[in-house]
Amino acid sequence: MALAHDAPKESFRLSMLIYDTRYRAITIQVFVLILVAAFFAWLLNNTIENLAIRGKEFNYGFLWQRAGYDIGQQLIPYTNDSTHFRALLIGLLNTLAVAVLGCIFATLLGVLIGVLRLSKNWLVSRLMTVYVEVFRNVPVLLWILLAYVVLSEVTPSPRDFKAAEGVEPAASMVLGGTVAITNRGTNIPAPLVDHSLGGFEIGGIPVNFTVLAFIAVMIASFWANARILTAARLKQEATGDRPTTWWKSLLVLFAPIIALSLVLGLHWDIPALAGFNFKGGILVAHSFTALLVALTLYTSAFIAEIVRAGILAISKGQSEAAFALGLRPGRTMQLVILPQALRVIIPPLISQYLNITKNTSLGIAVSYLDLRGTLGGISLNQTGRELECMLLMMAIYLTLSLTISTVMNFYNKSVQLKVR
Amino acid sequence: MAESKQTHFVRTEMLQPSPPPLREAGVVRWLRENLFSGWFNTILTLFGLAVIWLLVSSALPWWLNGVWTAGSLGECREIIAKTAGEGASGACWAVVRERWHQFIFGFYPVDLWWRPVLAFCLLFAAMGPVLFAGQKRKLLILLGAVGATIVILVTLAASAVPNEVPGQTDAPFVWKLALALSLLTIGAMMALTAAGSGRLLWFTGLFPALCFWLLWGGPIWVPLGALFGFVLLAAVYSALLKRAGPGMAAGLGLIVALVWWLFIDAPVTVALNNAIPFGLTSVQSDEFGGFLLAITIGVTAITFSLPVGILLALGRQSDMLIVKTLCVGFIEFIRGVPLITLLFTASLLLQYFLPPGTNFDIILRVIILVTLFAAAYLAEVIRGGLAALPRGQYEAADALGLDYWQAQRFIILPQALKVSIPAIVSTFIGLFKDTTLVAFVGLMDPLKGVTQIVRADIDWKGIYWEPYIFVGAIFFVICFGMSRYSMYLEQKLKTDHR
Repeated sequence: MALAHDAPKESFRLSMLIYDTRYRAITIQVFVLILVAAFFAWLLNNTIENLAIRGKEFNYGFLWQRAGYDIGQQLIPYTNDSTHFRALLIGLLNTLAVAVLGCIFATLLGVLIGVLRLSKNWLVSRLMTVYVEVFRNVPVLLWILLAYVVLSEVTPSPRDFKAAEGVEPAASMVLGGTVAITNRGTNIPAPLVDHSLGGFEIGGIPVNFTVLAFIAVMIASFWANARILTAARLKQEATGDRPTTWWKSLLVLFAPIIALSLVLGLHWDIPALAGFNFKGGILVAHSFTALLVALTLYTSAFIAEIVRAGILAISKGQSEAAFALGLRPGRTMQLVILPQALRVIIPPLISQYLNITKNTSLGIAVSYLDLRGTLGGISLNQTGRELECMLLMMAIYLTLSLTISTVMNFYNKSVQLKVR
Repeated sequence: MAESKQTHFVRTEMLQPSPPPLREAGVVRWLRENLFSGWFNTILTLFGLAVIWLLVSSALPWWLNGVWTAGSLGECREIIAKTAGEGASGACWAVVRERWHQFIFGFYPVDLWWRPVLAFCLLFAAMGPVLFAGQKRKLLILLGAVGATIVILVTLAASAVPNEVPGQTDAPFVWKLALALSLLTIGAMMALTAAGSGRLLWFTGLFPALCFWLLWGGPIWVPLGALFGFVLLAAVYSALLKRAGPGMAAGLGLIVALVWWLFIDAPVTVALNNAIPFGLTSVQSDEFGGFLLAITIGVTAITFSLPVGILLALGRQSDMLIVKTLCVGFIEFIRGVPLITLLFTASLLLQYFLPPGTNFDIILRVIILVTLFAAAYLAEVIRGGLAALPRGQYEAADALGLDYWQAQRFIILPQALKVSIPAIVSTFIGLFKDTTLVAFVGLMDPLKGVTQIVRADIDWKGIYWEPYIFVGAIFFVICFGMSRYSMYLEQKLKTDHR
């Protein structure tokens, strides 16, 4: 006698679209989709109408017209006869220059400060706390403006470097007489070679064989050094004895690059006072220096906090266990604490790198011609194509951000705990 | 054997413990342990001392020689040269004394300053019941602090305003009025606090409209009309809650409110204003500036970005594919571009995206964009909190038979938000610091806008440390205060026993 029978089959009713949780999700999604589509259609319609009213059309043809303005800092050749597209490239390279250098310096400084803040030294840890709190709690714009104003208003003018009859010059060059900081910019030495290897151009972008040779030698040295260290580790794991590697590493890291420099005749072009200005070397604009210094100082405070939190997140038992095994503090840090702390540190570090990249757009405050200064600034004003310029600029920034976060997430995956 | 003497000795009373060696006690020990516990530590200490010496020796004379009363930078330098000798460095705080009102109010009309001041006091009264719920003592301390701030502000104003600001009418009277109003407010707040702080929540709800009215002026019917939309929303929601469920009721309420705001509100307020004209002198947005602008944008964006951020985070965690995709797209887009480009969108592109002829206030546009920007960051932060909750919490909520919104409200969100408080507050701090970027769309923020105006003045040309230190100090106080508050909140909400 079967008492159990199937639940009565319900036929579909229209009200189930609202009251039945199985169908309600679909209803809501369709509703949302319609709303969003209507919203975008409305925006598009407005844009078309507005463009028609202003007599403009949406196209990127202006990118191939003559730009007609000069850019101070150019990593690839550019004149005011070049196109808007080339100005865009220059701007993008300037953005990347500040972003990459900023990330490197901020990481170095931030790690140092974060570790020092954990130091047992009372005075130093307090000092670092003050540093972190001061730089974190004040807008980065203030640091950029202040750095720029101090650099361009406090520094001496080039003629102050001139020694008059029997009078000491009012200013002198720093770093052993190689770097001159004037109110027009910072003059740093430039590397020059006697026997250049030549180069060629791809699509207007010059490729220099000399630079390529140096980069190739450096990569090869690092690769060889890594091989030596791996071999040493393998031998240590097999026999228990670690072969001495320091002199091999030094040799492999430095000998090839020194040899290449000697062969090519590398020397430094040191800036020198000629007339009323410095000649020779490279003139680094204050807008670049100020932006770099301010972003480095500001972001390093955040990175310091990230590093500190990462190290504190490792439980005390880990270091105690390492000490019980007889590891010295340095080795404990290197082998036990850091590999674990990195897992905590890297995800927020990624967002700090993204922040630096995005904050380079604040170069507008000191007229630094980055992507926003060229494409979103002068090009936009000259051509009057707000819509095209802004959309293109957002797309480029978005691509940059997504690329950085993808690369760093890939690295993050490689250091994360592998759970099997 | 008789001559053998007793050689062993047994002590019968306890010895008093001898004092520790000199190097193991008191200051010496502390110094040894904390500053000189090894060669490396000693080097670090010496390095730290060198840094401090460098800072103090270069900055201290500058601070001590500071001049507070002077008409220009040149006069400042003369006074310093006279008092501290030729070639001595000194701060010229006179610029702060002369121009503080621009840093605080921008070009807000002088005889209307009492309005932002009053709004600022009321802001604390509105925040009190939310920030320090159920803590009467904290509330009283807060109100006391606000009172002190107002007294300081008024004293500063009384010393600087009367002869230096052009175009004012009878400022002292206005200031007395502001003082009386603020004291009255504080007194009333204290009385209410004594009665129970929960009762003040209605004021918190009313505050945004009141604040808008005080800052921008105009007929009182405008904020009242906007408020009435919310009243409609609440009425529809509570009427339909039983029959249609919370989601549906909120949606219908929103539709009714939107219809009111878009179509009925404007004619009704105009008619009411014609019938009973009552309002304050209206102030244009381009007269706003300084910290008045920064705080207005900051507080509004903070208030509205939290709910938007929560909704975005829930959307991103949702099972509904389309909703999830939309939220992810929005969040990643906003987080991928710099705030500046969004602000430029507000100032340059909205004229393309809105129907021809629409033109709405630039501060409002900026507030909307900043709110969306902060909301995307908050959404990621809150998503972290949601992900940190163990799966069992969601399952327990389902097992209890709670529907989605009940589960979120009673079980998921209280825990997820608690976990993410530090990150939420640091997002807020970032937002407040980012309000300085509005300078690039032509608004007068305290940092670039006002400071540039001051530095462009012929009297103060060449001054840089003093205005930046002044503005930086105010930003520091506000941001540092926020981070301390987040620590307090974390402590208060900590329920585990670790």
